[in-house]
Amino acid sequence: MQRRNSRWLIGAGLTVVGALTLSACGSGSGFGGDSADAGGELTSDSSQGLNILIGSSGDAETASVNAAVAAWSDESGTDAKVSVASDLNQQLAQGFAAQKPADVFYLSTDALAGYASNGSLLAYGDELANKDDFYPSLVNSFTYEGEFYCAPKDFSTLQLLINTDLWAAAGLTDADIPTTWEELATVSTALTTDSQVGLAIGGEYARLGAFMAQAGGSLMNEDSTEVTANSAENVAGLEYAQTLLNDGVMSYAAEIGAGWGGEAFGKQLSAMTIEGNWITGAMKNDFPDVNYTVAELPAGPEGKGTLQFTNCWGIAADSPNQAAALDLVEQLTSKDAQLTFSEEFGPMPSIQSAAEEWKSANPTLVAFLDGADYAKGVPNVQGSADVVSDLNAQLESLKTGDAQAILDSVQKNLEALLK
Amino acid sequence: MSTPVRTSRRSSIRGGEAASGWLFTAPMIVLLGMFLVIPVLMALWVSFSDWNGRGSPFSASVSFVGVDNYSALLGGGGLAEQDFGTALRNNAWYVLLVVPIQTMLSLFLAVLVNRQILRGRGFFRTAFYFPSVTSSVAITVLWLFLFSSTGAVNKLLSFIGVNGPNWFNDPSGVLHNILGAFGVETGPAALTGNTFLGISFWEWLAGPSVAMSAFILMAVFTTSGTFMLLFIAALQNLSGEVVEAAMMDGANGWQRFWRVTLPQLRPTLFTVLTLGLIGAWQVFDQIYTGTQGGPGKTTLTPAYLSYQTAFTNQAWGQGAAIAFILFVIIVFFTLFQRWLLAERKVSARRMRPYLQTPAGGSK
Repeated sequence: MQRRNSRWLIGAGLTVVGALTLSACGSGSGFGGDSADAGGELTSDSSQGLNILIGSSGDAETASVNAAVAAWSDESGTDAKVSVASDLNQQLAQGFAAQKPADVFYLSTDALAGYASNGSLLAYGDELANKDDFYPSLVNSFTYEGEFYCAPKDFSTLQLLINTDLWAAAGLTDADIPTTWEELATVSTALTTDSQVGLAIGGEYARLGAFMAQAGGSLMNEDSTEVTANSAENVAGLEYAQTLLNDGVMSYAAEIGAGWGGEAFGKQLSAMTIEGNWITGAMKNDFPDVNYTVAELPAGPEGKGTLQFTNCWGIAADSPNQAAALDLVEQLTSKDAQLTFSEEFGPMPSIQSAAEEWKSANPTLVAFLDGADYAKGVPNVQGSADVVSDLNAQLESLKTGDAQAILDSVQKNLEALLK
Repeated sequence: MSTPVRTSRRSSIRGGEAASGWLFTAPMIVLLGMFLVIPVLMALWVSFSDWNGRGSPFSASVSFVGVDNYSALLGGGGLAEQDFGTALRNNAWYVLLVVPIQTMLSLFLAVLVNRQILRGRGFFRTAFYFPSVTSSVAITVLWLFLFSSTGAVNKLLSFIGVNGPNWFNDPSGVLHNILGAFGVETGPAALTGNTFLGISFWEWLAGPSVAMSAFILMAVFTTSGTFMLLFIAALQNLSGEVVEAAMMDGANGWQRFWRVTLPQLRPTLFTVLTLGLIGAWQVFDQIYTGTQGGPGKTTLTPAYLSYQTAFTNQAWGQGAAIAFILFVIIVFFTLFQRWLLAERKVSARRMRPYLQTPAGGSK
């Protein structure tokens, strides 16, 4: 027995050593130190093509990005290949762990801090030629510890969508378009019938946060350095939403059998919804018969307020050809490219110089871009995505919940992240 | 055990056999080592390190942080602990319901389709087995449709006058709902005031959420067929004589099943329970494709939380730590039910009826 054991141990030991050697060979520089960090010169190994990883909303977006990248590739002579991620977070993480990440990729605000803090990202914001053209609030969203990391790709804001047929059927006119909380409550009541609810929204922070913004609150201050989640303003915003829910004039989309606000609105389960400009694509493709108009969200006690959402073009610190990547990003965020993207799949340009042209090209959607003046970003500290998903879980039962208690728990969780 | 060792010592021809044995198994051992043992060891290291997802976990910049990752989950007092507690709560209810139900149902089905007199046995066996061979992603999507608020299940329920719940969007706990029907809306202070893993005892007792119940039904639906197959195989291995003897002793069908057939199925029962337990604690694909932990985090499971913590939240050490805690839980429960199912001497209470009968006097 004894001898068998020792043999087995030797065998197992040899196997482990052998396999370790093999895996060490496989990962190449895996055991070495980290490669050069960002901050110095950009790498420019022009023999390397660029890999671009995007999380696409559909064929239109994929085709559009492909065309734009191919045009750049022809012009610059650098190879570039666009891949569509099925799970962007996972594929990015795998690339960073293997130190062979995509060179250029979509990056969300809540993933920024994690990748920035472990040195995966190149902080190239200050080297952009069109740096000053981006909306300052978007630049804020992609600034981590004082450094502007990546160029905002585009952005969206939330506004109020109104079904014009149901609106007219309820005897309402253009003059009734709500501009205050009281008016919103009034028209929601007027629009609520047996077969439809006045207003349907997704039951999450990314929609209800607009009410908090209208009341003058936000989860964190602009630089994400201070937590203001349980402020009186935020409580007022949530309590207003709670009243609408309990009065039966506002519903969560899930409660009336829709996946999101846009679906409830398209299926005419609700006469109004609060969504971003991405809804236009869904309305055109899935619900072409529904007539609607976009209005600015009503002002709360502290004036107008809405939330904005954005992604940026991240560049990997491990990219062998950062110079070309930067050049590509400048091209993709240029006025012409962004206006083309907007035309083909609907996002709003992230640069101010494109605003006027965009407004004249999309006269019915002007409200969305007007929101840029007062929209607030979502928190971008590392771990905030978890806190927001916890908040979303609590907001699902806002109807019976206690707004103050919900926001207190968010305050506690966000404060823990800043320590 | 000792025989082959002795022969190998005695004969030099046989001595070479060990070497060739190692040689022939080496490719498999290397493969398993590379793709199983080493990744597991690496993950174990990650769970004790501050690796942040960039480059190799063995590079110089990664340092050992002791049990920091584990203590954040098991007693940090933060969101990580609360999420982990929630995930454990959800999965514990899932296991508690899925494992017994699927075992009983599969045994029941196996006994049914094992009967010689049943016409079209082949058809039934195939029908019951069918869900098991369908991809879990496909079934999840099917389930999402069936259990949508206006889906087939709620339509069916409406025929019998029941206003079905909004299944996958209903975060309320089933037990809480039952208590609520009796007017108990909030728990006693002893339960609501004290917490374990960041979740109050009242929340631990919420039961599976309505959304999780739909997943429980799905798990039972998909896995019963597989386990039915195991039970059929075991049933066909039983010798008819024992049952015949029991019949001669005047045991009725019910007694024959509980006293004769079931005890003989003990090894299979152990297999089924173990496989069921492991599968139920590791539930992931349904959550990933179906609800991603929602509504209200009530379908969050440790396996999914581990993935989310690592890939979405960039907390790789914590993600790995969750996986290892889950591993410990599974091993614990497997050992526990092995102990539970171990062969024991028949207790005096059980023995008494046999001793009293005249036939049993001969013991």
